[in-house]
Amino acid sequence: MSSENQISEQSVNQAVSDALALIASAVDLDSLRAVRSAAIGESSAIAKLNAALATTANDQKAAAGKLVGQARAQLNQAFSSAEEQFYAVAAAAKLAAEAVDMSAVINTIPVGGRHPLSLLQDEISDVFVGMGWQIAEGPELESEWFNFDALNFDADHPARAMQDTFFVEPASAHLVLRTHTSPVQIRSMLERELPIYVLCPGRVFRTDELDATHTPVFHQVEGLAIDKGLTMADLKGTLEHFAKIMFGEEAKIRLRPSFFPFTEPSAELDVWHPGAKGGARWVEWGGCGMVNPNVLLACGIDPEVHSGFAFGMGIERTLMFRNDVKDMRDMVEGDVRFTQHFGMVL
Amino acid sequence: MRIPLSWLAESVDLPVGASADSVMAELVKIGLEEEGKHSFSLTGPIVVGQVLEFVEEDASNGKTIRWCQVRVAPVGEKAADGGADVRGIVCGAKNFMPGDKVVVTLPGAVLPGDFKIAARSTYGHISDGMIASGRELGLNDDHDGILRLAQIGLDPKVGTNALELLSLDDEAAEVNVTPDRGYCFSIRGIAREYSHATKAEFRDPAGNVHVERAHGFELNIADQAPIRGKDGVSKFVLRVVRNVDATKPTPAFMVSRLKLAGMRSISLIVDITNYVMLELGQPIHAYDLEKLNGGLNVRRAHSGETLKTLDGQLRNLSQEDLVIADGSGTIGLAGVMGGESTEVSKSTTSVLIESANFDGVSIARSARRHKLPSEASKRFERGVDPQVAENAAARVVQLLEVHASGVADSLGAYFDHVAQAARIWLPIDFAEQVTGVHYSANQITQTLLEIGCVFEEADGALQVSPPSWRPDLKHKTDLVEEIARIIGFDQIPARLPVAPPGRGLTPRQKRKRAIAETLASTGHSEVLNYPFVSDATNAVFGIGSTPVVLANAMQEDLNQMRLSLLPGLLETAKRNLSRGLTDLGIFEIGSVFASVATPQEISLPSALSRPSAAEIAKLEASLPVQPLKLGALFVGDRVQAQLGRKSTGASYVDAMQAANLAARAVGATLRFEQASIEFMHPGRAAHIYAAQDSGSKKLDTLVGLVGELHPELAIEGDLPRQVAVLEIDLDKLFAAAPHQVSAESISTYPAATQDLSLVVAQEVAAAELLATVRDASGELLESIALVDDYRGSNIPAGMKSITFALRFRANDRTLTQAEASEARDNAVSAAHVAYGATIRA
Repeated sequence: MSSENQISEQSVNQAVSDALALIASAVDLDSLRAVRSAAIGESSAIAKLNAALATTANDQKAAAGKLVGQARAQLNQAFSSAEEQFYAVAAAAKLAAEAVDMSAVINTIPVGGRHPLSLLQDEISDVFVGMGWQIAEGPELESEWFNFDALNFDADHPARAMQDTFFVEPASAHLVLRTHTSPVQIRSMLERELPIYVLCPGRVFRTDELDATHTPVFHQVEGLAIDKGLTMADLKGTLEHFAKIMFGEEAKIRLRPSFFPFTEPSAELDVWHPGAKGGARWVEWGGCGMVNPNVLLACGIDPEVHSGFAFGMGIERTLMFRNDVKDMRDMVEGDVRFTQHFGMVL
Repeated sequence: MRIPLSWLAESVDLPVGASADSVMAELVKIGLEEEGKHSFSLTGPIVVGQVLEFVEEDASNGKTIRWCQVRVAPVGEKAADGGADVRGIVCGAKNFMPGDKVVVTLPGAVLPGDFKIAARSTYGHISDGMIASGRELGLNDDHDGILRLAQIGLDPKVGTNALELLSLDDEAAEVNVTPDRGYCFSIRGIAREYSHATKAEFRDPAGNVHVERAHGFELNIADQAPIRGKDGVSKFVLRVVRNVDATKPTPAFMVSRLKLAGMRSISLIVDITNYVMLELGQPIHAYDLEKLNGGLNVRRAHSGETLKTLDGQLRNLSQEDLVIADGSGTIGLAGVMGGESTEVSKSTTSVLIESANFDGVSIARSARRHKLPSEASKRFERGVDPQVAENAAARVVQLLEVHASGVADSLGAYFDHVAQAARIWLPIDFAEQVTGVHYSANQITQTLLEIGCVFEEADGALQVSPPSWRPDLKHKTDLVEEIARIIGFDQIPARLPVAPPGRGLTPRQKRKRAIAETLASTGHSEVLNYPFVSDATNAVFGIGSTPVVLANAMQEDLNQMRLSLLPGLLETAKRNLSRGLTDLGIFEIGSVFASVATPQEISLPSALSRPSAAEIAKLEASLPVQPLKLGALFVGDRVQAQLGRKSTGASYVDAMQAANLAARAVGATLRFEQASIEFMHPGRAAHIYAAQDSGSKKLDTLVGLVGELHPELAIEGDLPRQVAVLEIDLDKLFAAAPHQVSAESISTYPAATQDLSLVVAQEVAAAELLATVRDASGELLESIALVDDYRGSNIPAGMKSITFALRFRANDRTLTQAEASEARDNAVSAAHVAYGATIRA
């Protein structure tokens, strides 16, 4: 047994100071791990002294054991403390390296959006679905019977000529692009069980040149209620409720006498628009009235038993004054900037 | 209808200070919507002057001007502008002499177009005002010279306010007359409505004239072909006025009122007939009696007959046209326009006045047939009071007597076949049932009286006879409208009706919305395109379908309805590109239109009652098919270059993804099958099939197409070469979508994953190979994904290596590697049998 393996205060101190020097020489985790064996591992001086305990005389074993044990604990503590320190530094460096400019937005899903005219139709539909109404749809290319005759537009009625209708070849087929969504009301009355509460949104056509306020292809939403005992008061209540949801609690409506072949009495509908650009004001919104008995008869409904009301408004027009759209062309040209500006919200 | 206020005031009292605006504000309350106001836009001082003398001077610009001394106020009095009574005025016109009375606009006056009159230096003089022409005053289009007051029969005192003299201080309100209120195309009707609105007393202008019935003029009325069973004529009044001086000027008030009402002054006789039409709503025709050949016949035109109308057009008449004829043949298209041969002129001395009532339908058809909407036809179409015809004729006689020195003759004719209007039975409480307003019996009867009805009362109901000028009042609800509007719509309370419990949106509506929302939230912008396309476009994109053709397209070349959504998307893409928006992912949900094989002639059923089921079925069958489609288009970059990232160009991949997004939104599964489609890229096109639950390919439905447009077509359409598109028939897709989804049990045992690379000929479709591997792998296969398609070194020429990632899992145990390998080997064998596939070494 060599003398350096003799357990003595001196040899233990020497082993400790040598090992601490090795640990202190490390600059990072890798170099620390590289000196592990020499400092505290199998080949370290302290390990050898520890092994020497086995051969130490019994009467000295306790003292020597304590000496070596304390030294080992000190060295292990020093090593793991250094290890922890280097670990923290390495972790911090990795995090620092991973840092990015979070203010720069990366978008791998491009921007899209619903067309605001579709959004508005859906929003209006939801209002009425919430009231228990059904949403009814029908063909855009219609038979004249549904578009005119059944709606009390006699073949020679001046209003029929005033509708600026697109006709389909040949004239004898009596097909038109529907001039309003009212044919859907007729279809509803023919197909559905009474009572009927339906809302008919959809695309309609009239031969108007496209300009800032007109388009030959536009959208309407019409409502129809047929029940026992319905009066104009029900019409007014429904429209008032609708107006408040669309334009806020301060909104109110006003009816002015007018004429439509399919309603009698007929009225123009104005809405008090509290949020109008430039100040609250009355805005012309649509038309309405009590369903003309002739229309009920054409659908096989007895006007002496059932009565009903109907109303209709332009979606484009509503969007124009509700959301401050200034030019009709923005709504029809499909410029994606217009749609993307709204996104998913009106 | 334009209403000069001074004219209106003759039949109903207007409040002091009434204006066009205040009149319109009253009329709108009872249903006459305001359209605008009209005036001469003149501000005084504008006075009568007398030219005292003038000197003609040659100006340096070659013109000759007159330097005039004009008296604008009586001797010694101040002029209206506070200035001297005689003014020096430069005038370019030559149509006047010293002594002529003229209209002088003095400094301070303003003419239309904000033309301010001031003393100004011109042609070496200070011109202290202006001598006005008819056009400058807005009276007529006469600009050949200045207006000489003698020319319009006036000799007023110098200094007189010319605005008052010529009624140029009047203004007109314009309201929109709805088609049911023909009577409102007259001062008489409007005055009545104004009275309803304000409760001011109405004085019927038809009652102001002495009516005399004349006889002896030969008149034969025989409608040999009534339209819809109705005779073309119900009333026909003829009066003769002789000794007329047709050269006399139209009085100033009449010119002013006609002008404000929107009509031009033409000649005294014509002006009087128009004036009476505006006043009473009765169209009048005046014939030159000397030009007539015998008596008048009213009948339908004979086959081959022609007529040269007043506008100089030679018209081929239809046997449906109601005409006026004399011994020479047709001389007028009844109720629409008179003929040239019997037109009144300056030399006319004997006038035959026709004041008749024609059937609206007959007149409307003639006006439309000959594209001749006239003031007369407009009124007949909407209904003219048959009882005003005689009064109107008498009013014309009276005006010819007063203004054209005419003498009424006893010669004339009178025909009256006016049917008694049917009485309407109105229960007293019916109005309340319709409007929800409780009206007292007194309110109801009072209102009915106000609008001119007469009635008898019995058993809580009224038997109501509507007035002759209200042919629109036919049904008890028509009377309710009158009661409601005159008492006021503002009286109607608001009550929210309760609908039966609802069912929400239909599955179709929900699915349509789900697709739109999904696409919008994944980078697609919704567009709504016009459905009009050219036949050439439909020929390209609508192979195999018959297009619907419009009879009156707005653009001649866009006269067909689209057979596909793609042309509209291409057009919209082009528009966006032209605005510098080069990266697009757009979609549309909309109908396309395909004609039923041969458009059939169809007779529409009556609308008097519900058509039979067979009739409705026939109507439905006549409609073109209108499937709802989803279309999408991608061009430019799908993902733009960003920090540390390269851009991704849009391609068929994006279109395919959109198809899958749409399918997933409704729970459907798609399969893509390489296809050859004429307008598509020959190597980048696929048909889309919606897979059915059964898993059998044969049951899959063809729902659309996807890929890239043929590059040549893209370039032709001014787009970049690479344009990806998608079109899906949504109703077909929805049919393959589940109504309800049942849960699958989730195994929590560990999975065994394996990669499998198979070498096959390049022609083998990856999807087919995948299906084979999937089907042969058995129940243990949980998922399969295509992860690589490799061609090149180590792979024989003409072959490719397809790699799948397989995940196996059992429901009831941990799978052994041997079990997974067995399943995999089964897949390999099946792929070998089907496609000669071998495992990649």
